[in-house]
Amino acid sequence: MTRTDSRTALVELSGVSKHYGNVRALEGVSLEVHAGEITCVLGDNGAGKSTLIKIIAGLHRHDGGTLALDGEETRLASPREALDRGIATVHQDLAVVPLMPVWRNFFLGSEPRKGIGPFKRMDVDHMRRTTRAELLRMGIDLRDVDQPIGTLSGGERQCVAIARAVHFGAKVLVLDEPTAALGVKQSGVVLKYVSAARDEGLGVVFITHNPHHAYLVGDRFVLLKRGTMAGSHTRDSITLDELTRQMAGGTELDDLRHELQRPS
Amino acid sequence: MLTRPELGSLVGAIAVFCCFALAADGFLRASSLGTVLYASSTIGIMAVPVALLMIGGEFDLSAGVLVTSSALVSSMFSYQMTANVWVGVGVSLLVTLAVGAFNGIMLARTKLPSFIVTLGTFLMLTGLNLGLTKLVSGTVSTKTIADMEGFTTARALFASTLTVGGTHIKVTVLWWLALVALGSWILLRTRAGNWIFAVGGNENAARAVGVPVTRTKTALYTGVAFGAWICGQHLLFSYDVVQSGEGVGNELIYIIAAVIGGCLITGGHGSAVGSAVGALLFGMTSKGIVFAEWNPDWFKFFLGAMLLLATLLNTWVRRRAEASK
Repeated sequence: MTRTDSRTALVELSGVSKHYGNVRALEGVSLEVHAGEITCVLGDNGAGKSTLIKIIAGLHRHDGGTLALDGEETRLASPREALDRGIATVHQDLAVVPLMPVWRNFFLGSEPRKGIGPFKRMDVDHMRRTTRAELLRMGIDLRDVDQPIGTLSGGERQCVAIARAVHFGAKVLVLDEPTAALGVKQSGVVLKYVSAARDEGLGVVFITHNPHHAYLVGDRFVLLKRGTMAGSHTRDSITLDELTRQMAGGTELDDLRHELQRPS
Repeated sequence: MLTRPELGSLVGAIAVFCCFALAADGFLRASSLGTVLYASSTIGIMAVPVALLMIGGEFDLSAGVLVTSSALVSSMFSYQMTANVWVGVGVSLLVTLAVGAFNGIMLARTKLPSFIVTLGTFLMLTGLNLGLTKLVSGTVSTKTIADMEGFTTARALFASTLTVGGTHIKVTVLWWLALVALGSWILLRTRAGNWIFAVGGNENAARAVGVPVTRTKTALYTGVAFGAWICGQHLLFSYDVVQSGEGVGNELIYIIAAVIGGCLITGGHGSAVGSAVGALLFGMTSKGIVFAEWNPDWFKFFLGAMLLLATLLNTWVRRRAEASK
């Protein structure tokens, strides 16, 4: 940990909690995101991963602990504010508007404009060209950026969303289970773009329940279990086997194995 | 190309045109053209904002009676305050836009479906139209304002007839064309248009990338109100008196025109031009049946059949677009 503590983290959560009424969704979770690094958040269904994302993305406010951006303690009021502070979130299922053309999706919410007064309009040519160029840079060659984004494959859609975040100068990229619904090959493609984003100097929060995907690209690993932090490791302090074991249930799994042992 | 929302309705419109051109003797005459365009324009002026709202994922069932409310406010304010009719027209604009904004804000605050929210507004306005008119004028219609100052100029703007090459064209046709152009401009070339498609196509995704969802929807409802204001003023200045019970049921005709024109009833897809083609189909069918001297009872049958066909086509288009989802 001492290696990077001298630098200020892009995002630093310490002891963050979130309750929905009487339900404790998150309790005392801490993590750091540094530029040019990938912080993986691992956890089973219901472990609090999506709550954590929503706090970083500005969709929900945390009610305990602190959230600091560039060392400055803050509380994000809206997704817009999170975006303005350089945090771009790619949500698992709500990343795109399926019926809209790729180029409209690419610039949604940050449309470039030209002209003055009532003739102020979107710079459509620029939008089409930029979308094509940015996607080509990520290795996606679209015949037609006018096709509805719903006609792209799941992996391609994730890549469009990542390319969008990179293009708009995000400093922190939050990815919600980007490989969850994908096959092996498409997952590989997405992981390649995740590391490409890291190489461009972005800090990445990579949420997943797949320790193999996480270990391929991750620098730090935070394990969540039922809303609490079950472990926090840097890459050099944990092996893939240990990570997989903890992810799979750790000691619970040992107990289970013991119980299920065949009588010899 | 197949994904152009207005394509299906355009094919339908050409078919209906040919049908009546053959079946009805007077249909191709220039004077008939004026009649058909007039009938289309009174629907079309409202179909444009209603289509935009539908693309944005919402309905407005209060649109039909709001037209009457707008006319009533304008007439009664002018009469009671004995002001220039233009003052009434201005007050009416403010009141009508306020009702539109009310719909939008209620929708955002209550998070109820727009069907329920605007059904409420629809019923309340229907009651207010009748109740207030009786309270103020003593009858179900307003008093004449034809002798008041400003009536002639207001009539020129909202209800005059222009003669173009021997054909009488109502000024509403110009309003209609202007609104179609404005609607298309907004949808295809402005940031607001991008937001309209987005809030109708996937509201959560739009919100997550920072689109102001509430503001967009409220603006769409105010747009419908603006259309209602134009239609209401036309109603007032072409007939001078307004019947307070009118307008009920028209909201569905606007919605039908938008749907026939290729708007997805679930939002996210459609066009302003499509709504115009839908309105034109409506105008051609309603007047064509008269020219062909058929029993007008058949009109609703045609309308229903066209609605079904158009919706089937749209659903098929959307399935193609979302095929790999």
